Amino acid sequence: MSEYIASNPAESSSTEESVTPTGITGASILLDHVTKRFPGQARPAVDGLTMEIPAGKIVMLVGPSGCGKTTTLKMINRLIEPTEGRIVVDGDDVTDMNGDTLRRGIGYVIQAGGLFPHMTVATNIGIVPKMLGWDKARIAARVDELLELVSLDPALYRDRYPKELSGGQQQRVGVARALAADPPVLLMDEPFGAVDPITRLRLQDELINIQEELQKTIVCVTHDFDEAVKLGDWIAIFNEGAQLVQYDTPERILGDPANEFVENFIGSGAGLKQLTLTRVAEVSLSDAVVGKPGERAADVLARVVETGHGHAVIVDERRRPIQWLSARQLGRLEVISDVPDPKLPLVGKRATLNDALDTMLVSSAGAALVTGRRDMFKGVIDVQTVMDAITRSQSAAVLESDQAPVGLNTGLFQAQVSAAEADLIETDPSGADARSVQ
Amino acid sequence: MSTRTPHTEAGLAGGDSAVETPGDPTATGVPVSRARTVWRSWRGLVYQLAGILLAFLALVIWLLTANLSPIVLTTLAPGALWVYTVEHIQLTLLAAVIVLVIAIPLGIALTRRPLRFLTAPVLAIANFGQAAPAIGVVVLLAFWVGFGFWAATLSLVLYAALPVLRNTMVGLQQVDARLIEAGRGMGMSSAAVLFRVELPLAVPVMLSGVRTALVLLVGTAALATFVNGGGLGILITTGVNLSLTPVLVTGALLVALLALLIDWVGRVVEHIARPKGL
Repeated sequence: MSEYIASNPAESSSTEESVTPTGITGASILLDHVTKRFPGQARPAVDGLTMEIPAGKIVMLVGPSGCGKTTTLKMINRLIEPTEGRIVVDGDDVTDMNGDTLRRGIGYVIQAGGLFPHMTVATNIGIVPKMLGWDKARIAARVDELLELVSLDPALYRDRYPKELSGGQQQRVGVARALAADPPVLLMDEPFGAVDPITRLRLQDELINIQEELQKTIVCVTHDFDEAVKLGDWIAIFNEGAQLVQYDTPERILGDPANEFVENFIGSGAGLKQLTLTRVAEVSLSDAVVGKPGERAADVLARVVETGHGHAVIVDERRRPIQWLSARQLGRLEVISDVPDPKLPLVGKRATLNDALDTMLVSSAGAALVTGRRDMFKGVIDVQTVMDAITRSQSAAVLESDQAPVGLNTGLFQAQVSAAEADLIETDPSGADARSVQ
Repeated sequence: MSTRTPHTEAGLAGGDSAVETPGDPTATGVPVSRARTVWRSWRGLVYQLAGILLAFLALVIWLLTANLSPIVLTTLAPGALWVYTVEHIQLTLLAAVIVLVIAIPLGIALTRRPLRFLTAPVLAIANFGQAAPAIGVVVLLAFWVGFGFWAATLSLVLYAALPVLRNTMVGLQQVDARLIEAGRGMGMSSAAVLFRVELPLAVPVMLSGVRTALVLLVGTAALATFVNGGGLGILITTGVNLSLTPVLVTGALLVALLALLIDWVGRVVEHIARPKGL
């Protein structure tokens, strides 16, 4: 069986390239029977790990501290040289190439950004392009482009020193610096560990947006399972010795944990966490009766009664919702005013179902108004929509399971690898990913 | 000023950062406050220089007005004083240059991975050696290599190398290991990380080591006269041997003022060479 797997990865990465949809700028990565033994340690830090990382996806490495997840990450860009095994990036064996050359082609983000304090933001971002021999004008243009990408105004921030930035801003610059030479692969080592929770959520959202645009292959180490669920297309849960306990989609891990270790790692509230996996934009919204300020309330009420709705949404001239009136309120009004209601239950279409549910629970209507670009009104989401979405994603997760990329250990502790996972690899060794269809 | 509350950060993060920033204390301020900041950072240095000049002026006035014996006046002839001072500075600077050439590369080498195991023992020896009395080193070495200028220089070098070596190593050690990792992770070679990250960040500590060494050298160079090495020390020995208090005082004061002046020059260099952004 191990021979079968050993011969397989090369094939699988080549098949994957052929099915790679356009738009993905990332490269696939393969760790092939990789082992790391540190001198003076009896047990290897990483033990015979074989793991496939599909192109253009975010793979989160999670596990308790000291489980070897960071070692695994650093072996991809060979900051830590593997004792045994091969590293294959985009079909090329990089195990023996010059480490510095390899690393110039792989973005690397560490906690708190790791910015050089004696260099300005622009110099920090321009380090790798400069090493690659870009001319000054090209570097300057690239710096501005990247600062825009991470939502920092280039004119304001270009010439600042890192200490003049907040933690979150430093982290953004760190991401910009890693993306400077447009590498296909981005490695992140606990990137948002050093910022406060509010900033962390914003940075995570922003990373999701950036990834949607760029479609890099991102490998990210975190100890925060919620972060893994939020960001990851795939989550690899490690136990000591980088034993891959489960390598699957967030939906599958939450819905069908491989064993007790994973269950404990997920912690309580797996059901609620599933709500964070789906965004409002992905569920079908219900229509609403729309009215405009200045209209006669009776006309709107007539439409409400006719369609069988209980409410009407009043939007301004740019279609932004300003009021949400019940049939009773409409009955008491003469003409609809243009005074915005500050307590409208609004959610953006990028919000998770978790956020939407939260908004609904506090709104009197048991539903929330969904807004899209420029805060334009999109539709109404209610509790039933959320329930349907959960049921659907649970059944979809089961279907997705046989698309999982390869991930297993062939080291001493192989017995610990769950039988289910071994089956997976036999049935479908290719790393093709159904989620890209979504 | 560098740390902001989460609240402000959240505000800044909210898409349009340009709107939030004018309230930012780190944004480029008005010229008036900038001039004030510059003055504040240079104030100490200006006071130090003024103090040195005043003390020197007081010494000159005292020498011109005091009722001094002919022997004292001959010993303290301006020409002779100038020669002693130049000798003293030569001795100091030559030793300093040799110290820099030896101690800085040695300090760098001792903090590189292959020799890193030596860092702790060498630091211990450096701290220990610092406690050895200077006069002992000077005289013992003179018996070994012979009396004269070079014996004096050699002992000065040995003595002053310790703070430079120590601060080079400490300065390099205190560079955040994560920055080194970030540099390597971006594909910088170990040499590039050393020259572009580690050394610039170690400069403040290293320079303060160099300044300490220079001040030490000016003081210790006064002992060179015991091994016939020249310098201002001769005024002190003459003053003591012939009970010529004015000569003794002048010699001691000149050495002290020279040390303070060198310290001032060192501080100015540190101030200018300190990497921006630290």
